[in-house]
Amino acid sequence: MDIDAFIALLHATIRLTTPLLFAAIGGLFSERSGVINIALEGKMLLGALIGFMIAYSTGNPWLGLLGAMVAGAIVALLFAYVTVTLGADQIVTAVAINLIMVGLTGVVFRLMKAANSGSLSAPTFPVWNLPLLSDIPLVGPLFFSHLPLVYLAFLLVPLAGFVFYRTTWGLAVRAVGEHPRAADTLGVKVPLVRYLCIIWSGMMAAVGGVVLSIGFNSTFIENMIAGRGFIAFSAIVFGKWTPLGTMLASLLFGFADAFQLRIQAGILAPLGIPEIPYQFPVMLPYVVTLVALFFTGRMHWPAAAAIPYKREEA
Amino acid sequence: MTTAAQRAAAKTKEEAVQRAATYERVLNFLLPILAVLASFLVGSILLWILNVNPIEAYTALIKGAFGTQRLIITTLLKSIPLIFAGLAVTLAYRGGVFNIGAEGQLYMGALLAVWAGTALVLPYPWHLLVALLLGVLGGMIWGAIPGYLKASRDMNEIIVTILMNYIAIFTVSFFVHGPLKEEGWNTQTPAVAETAQLPIIWEGTRLHAGFYLALLAVVLVYILLFHTTVGYRIRMVGSNKDAARYVGIKTTTVMALTMALSGGLAGLAGATELLGVQYRLIDNFSPGWGFDAIAVALVGRLHPVGALLAALFFGAMRNGANSMQTAVKIDVVVVYILQGLAIIFLIGGASANNRIRRWLETWKV
Repeated sequence: MDIDAFIALLHATIRLTTPLLFAAIGGLFSERSGVINIALEGKMLLGALIGFMIAYSTGNPWLGLLGAMVAGAIVALLFAYVTVTLGADQIVTAVAINLIMVGLTGVVFRLMKAANSGSLSAPTFPVWNLPLLSDIPLVGPLFFSHLPLVYLAFLLVPLAGFVFYRTTWGLAVRAVGEHPRAADTLGVKVPLVRYLCIIWSGMMAAVGGVVLSIGFNSTFIENMIAGRGFIAFSAIVFGKWTPLGTMLASLLFGFADAFQLRIQAGILAPLGIPEIPYQFPVMLPYVVTLVALFFTGRMHWPAAAAIPYKREEA
Repeated sequence: MTTAAQRAAAKTKEEAVQRAATYERVLNFLLPILAVLASFLVGSILLWILNVNPIEAYTALIKGAFGTQRLIITTLLKSIPLIFAGLAVTLAYRGGVFNIGAEGQLYMGALLAVWAGTALVLPYPWHLLVALLLGVLGGMIWGAIPGYLKASRDMNEIIVTILMNYIAIFTVSFFVHGPLKEEGWNTQTPAVAETAQLPIIWEGTRLHAGFYLALLAVVLVYILLFHTTVGYRIRMVGSNKDAARYVGIKTTTVMALTMALSGGLAGLAGATELLGVQYRLIDNFSPGWGFDAIAVALVGRLHPVGALLAALFFGAMRNGANSMQTAVKIDVVVVYILQGLAIIFLIGGASANNRIRRWLETWKV
């Protein structure tokens, strides 16, 4: 493998990590507040569609991003109401939301396709070459020539770390996830914290979807998330519920995705490896995720994860 | 010695508890119906936003499901995989495992059943039997893996089963494009031999013996869950894992077994569809029965008979949605919206209801 191909592989890794990272770092907040969020998949799907639709009709991808975040927040609000206020099962609710999103995006997109005979192509985000930095040989094109959302995703990681471990707000989130009753006694509004974390997570998942639809593509494709929401969820678990760990896990899964695309593009051919049926590379990210979870060992979920908080049951 | 006042108080309390119990029984029955109605109501608002007349759409849906005798038979036919897969999710849920992998399990069931149906040469009932059993085996293996991983390594079964769905779908795709592909241009397997096909049970229609098998499965799962020691253990692990371990139940074994059985049922969903309807395996042969199964199990209140009724209902919906698509140009995937909404109304309603029940228990006349 020559150096250019290797740089291209790493570049693709960074790109494909981005949607996972948005969803995972957002999801981390909801997890740490004690709400298991496997609805990331559905919210990414919705974000991808809404972002595309708005960018298509207004001609501005940034408006698409904004609209997707609003849509993600609205769905998250529904999720929060059912799980936090009504205290229903978080996993069942999330599964239902994922189903609704598959249906909703499918129905809306097919109607849109039927109404527009031409190509459904939306404007995308421009690549930002960071001044000076992007001129460095090898390192420049690899790290400093990306979509703005890519930089933003990686900036979110230290930001999340700062919020979790250096602010009272982060302390409140962690306390609510580990021991809601104690947090409540100290005057932390448990439902409010969970609502905000869920809404933030919904917005970030939607951004992850936008990255896929009008970031790397210029259109929406049905089921284009293809399990990335679940992989992002796995990244949180594999990353042991820390921002840094979550990022490293996302990078691993992003690499698996980039690598499988390169295999399909024939990266292994010069090494004398015969052509592999495409189904096997496509499986790779899911297999890598499974294996990673296998070696995570006993999982230390936030103590109050999946348990609705009820004040009256003292 | 009890005074009259104490007796009266005890009586009032007893009445209140009884009232709450009756309420619960009625609600258990009513809640799924209310949830489905509510989902249709919200669905109609959505259709209206999308510029589709909801009354027209739902009329087409109902006519498409029950309009003629032929359509009713098709509804029954479409319910068969839903009954098996719904039972699979029901059984696993009773055992404390949320099986979202029915889709992958039914893919593997279909794969092994079709392999047996095309590659083996056997006389009629035996060939069919072997193909069905291999279908069960395919689903069992795909179900037992997440069951074992959850039991032994505490791996979250939801994530594992979802990941395994993707792996199963691509595995089937590989076989359809490669080793099992028939000669020629079509990416499909050859048709299963006639000796391995499920017989038609209603002359002139496509309704096959898989329907009887599905009904039999409902009865067997019911007996297993509520009238055997194994079923008691499964339910005990499902309701309180720690207590089950405390009384000496091997919870890990029970969980792995539950998931194997659940996978086997899902495998039958794929096997009966292939041996009874489609005969040839293709890419994406399932429109998502494994996911419908979640709604089937939950709306069926996690009871085998409930699952049967819910499967018939959702089978009718899938059947009717085709007519709805032609009538009002709204895509079939709309059923996912209605299913998801029904689940949310159901569990949201059940949770909200706990407050009402508590209120009834403490209510004094």
